[in-house]
Amino acid sequence: MSARRVVPGIVLAAVVLTFASAFRVGESEQVILTQFGDPVGDPITDPGLHFKAPFIQQANYFDKRFLEWDGSPNQVPTKDKRFIWVDTYARWRIVDPLRFFERLRDERGAQSRLDDILDGETRNAVARYDLIELVRNTNRDPDDIPIEAQEEEVILNIIEKGRDQVSREILARAATRTTDLGIELLDLRIKRINYVEEVQRDVFARMIAERQRIAELYRSEGQGEAARIEGERERDLQRIQSEAFRTAEELRGKADAEATDIYAGAYGRDADFYAFTRSLETYETVMDADTTVILDTDSELLRYLERPR
Amino acid sequence: MTFGNDRDDGGEDRRGGPDWHRRPTPFDQYARDLQIWRARAMRSGGSVLLLAAVLAMGATLFSMLYQVQPEEVGVVVRFGRYVRTTEPGLRAKIPFVEQVYRIPVERQLKEEFGFRTAEADVRSTFSTADFSAESMMLTGDLNVAVVEWIVQYRVEDPYLYLFKVRNVTGTFRAMNEAVMRQVVGDRTVTEVLTVGRQAIETRAEERLRALTQQYEMGITIEQVVLQDVNPPDPVKPSWDEVNQAQQQRDRMINEARGEYNKVIPRAKGEAQQAILEAEGYTLNRVNRAQGESARFRAVQEAYRRAPDVTRRRLYLETMERVLPRIGARVFLDTDLRGIVPLLPLDSLRAAVPTAPAVPAVPPAPNAGGVR
Repeated sequence: MSARRVVPGIVLAAVVLTFASAFRVGESEQVILTQFGDPVGDPITDPGLHFKAPFIQQANYFDKRFLEWDGSPNQVPTKDKRFIWVDTYARWRIVDPLRFFERLRDERGAQSRLDDILDGETRNAVARYDLIELVRNTNRDPDDIPIEAQEEEVILNIIEKGRDQVSREILARAATRTTDLGIELLDLRIKRINYVEEVQRDVFARMIAERQRIAELYRSEGQGEAARIEGERERDLQRIQSEAFRTAEELRGKADAEATDIYAGAYGRDADFYAFTRSLETYETVMDADTTVILDTDSELLRYLERPR
Repeated sequence: MTFGNDRDDGGEDRRGGPDWHRRPTPFDQYARDLQIWRARAMRSGGSVLLLAAVLAMGATLFSMLYQVQPEEVGVVVRFGRYVRTTEPGLRAKIPFVEQVYRIPVERQLKEEFGFRTAEADVRSTFSTADFSAESMMLTGDLNVAVVEWIVQYRVEDPYLYLFKVRNVTGTFRAMNEAVMRQVVGDRTVTEVLTVGRQAIETRAEERLRALTQQYEMGITIEQVVLQDVNPPDPVKPSWDEVNQAQQQRDRMINEARGEYNKVIPRAKGEAQQAILEAEGYTLNRVNRAQGESARFRAVQEAYRRAPDVTRRRLYLETMERVLPRIGARVFLDTDLRGIVPLLPLDSLRAAVPTAPAVPAVPPAPNAGGVR
């Protein structure tokens, strides 16, 4: 019966020991063994099943993946004294878990150190540059901008460095300070930039003013163009009418001249007879019921009245 | 299926095991079978151990088999170490030692920025919460635009997706915001709001693709689609005003053109009319002149042959035609010429209607001549 009790006891002890000494390391993990709090041996970065001295050693897990750091929005003045909110994010990883463990203990410690370092460097960088350097990225060739968009003069100020380069600068400066912590900073980018409330209001007011200016431009363009067309209309009208008048008068003049020539040619042959016949015709038209005619008995008509012979 | 049933009964047994013979027989066939089976097990002397073994086997089988859905792949790790990726279907793994992650690689994933679809449907509803912090951004001319967009992506490399980056979605969102602001930051507000959409989408897509590569996230960008792109709310009315002004301009120009078109073609026609009328006048004038002179020539021709008599005839005939129409006729003797100034012409005229002096006129000689 004693053997029956001992065997399960041995088995149980073996199982307990195995479970206490074996540990698994995931693909995304790395482990530092500590013995009574002191790190022992090299960090374990190879995933799989590993063993340690049971009970006295402890496995401390660290993440091997790219980790995030998301900055809290900072209110920072730029070099040209504009107050903006800057929100950055960074990616980092634990490259030296031993040092990381010594310096920071865990990720929470790391996050707060990163807050200090990255927020500080971001602040410094933002204060060193004009806002435009943080907003623009390249001096994009205005040729790239389609014609339709150029309704107003394009106010894209020239930049020296641009957002990409500024963030790279922040990264470089911060990276020198984090290597000591067993941390590698891989990337830092400005996620959001926004005007602070009061500035925003001013910017909106400016945008509104700008829009109104453009609206006025359109209206005045419309008025100007309409006036021009109106002028054109008036000019064309005058031209057409006067040209027609001139042509018509020329034609009439020519006709009159020709008629005059014709009459002169005909009547010139016997001007006296013309005067006689024309006068007679005139009598017929001129004399009517309102006319009083006084005829002399000597006249051609009445001369036979007294002296029939 | 049998192993599942065994497990169920085993479980029941574990609860009611020790005092099974004191309880009444279970109702179903199953239980009776089990009793026989259990009795046999008792005879062999290791009933509890056997049951435990059966249980363990069931658990093992359960832990061994797994199913991968058609849009997924399974990523198998052994003691945390990656060993293989498996295709859809029923698959087996080493129980307890191996673990499987199922990653939907074929499924299109989507992230929304500046808005959230609350319920996707024929008519989707959108969350009413304010996401303007995500979508409000500065343009290259230091104005503000509100840009909403979505990104469609897929898991391309499940290994990277699982093991390279922690919180892929969160990182991806941060990346998106940074990239979109970078792209918009290089453009004027007008461009962003009007003509630049396509270019922005393309550019953002390129940059995101490069960045996901760099970050080894194991995802692939399928499409970046800009949604609403607006000026900030307080500025919107003035933006509309510009559109309105543009319309106004076009309308004014069109109206002026209309007025032009209303007047000028008509004036052209009228000009033509005036010229044609003048031409008509010309024809009329010349033809008349020619006609009249021809007539004169003809008459004069005849007159020259007998000038004296013709002259008298013409005169007298004219008188004959003219005098009857005349209101008052006064005949004077040559000797009385001196009294003319004293003649009461008005009274003479007044008398005309009542007592015409017609009888005084003798018929002219040669009356009834040529008319």
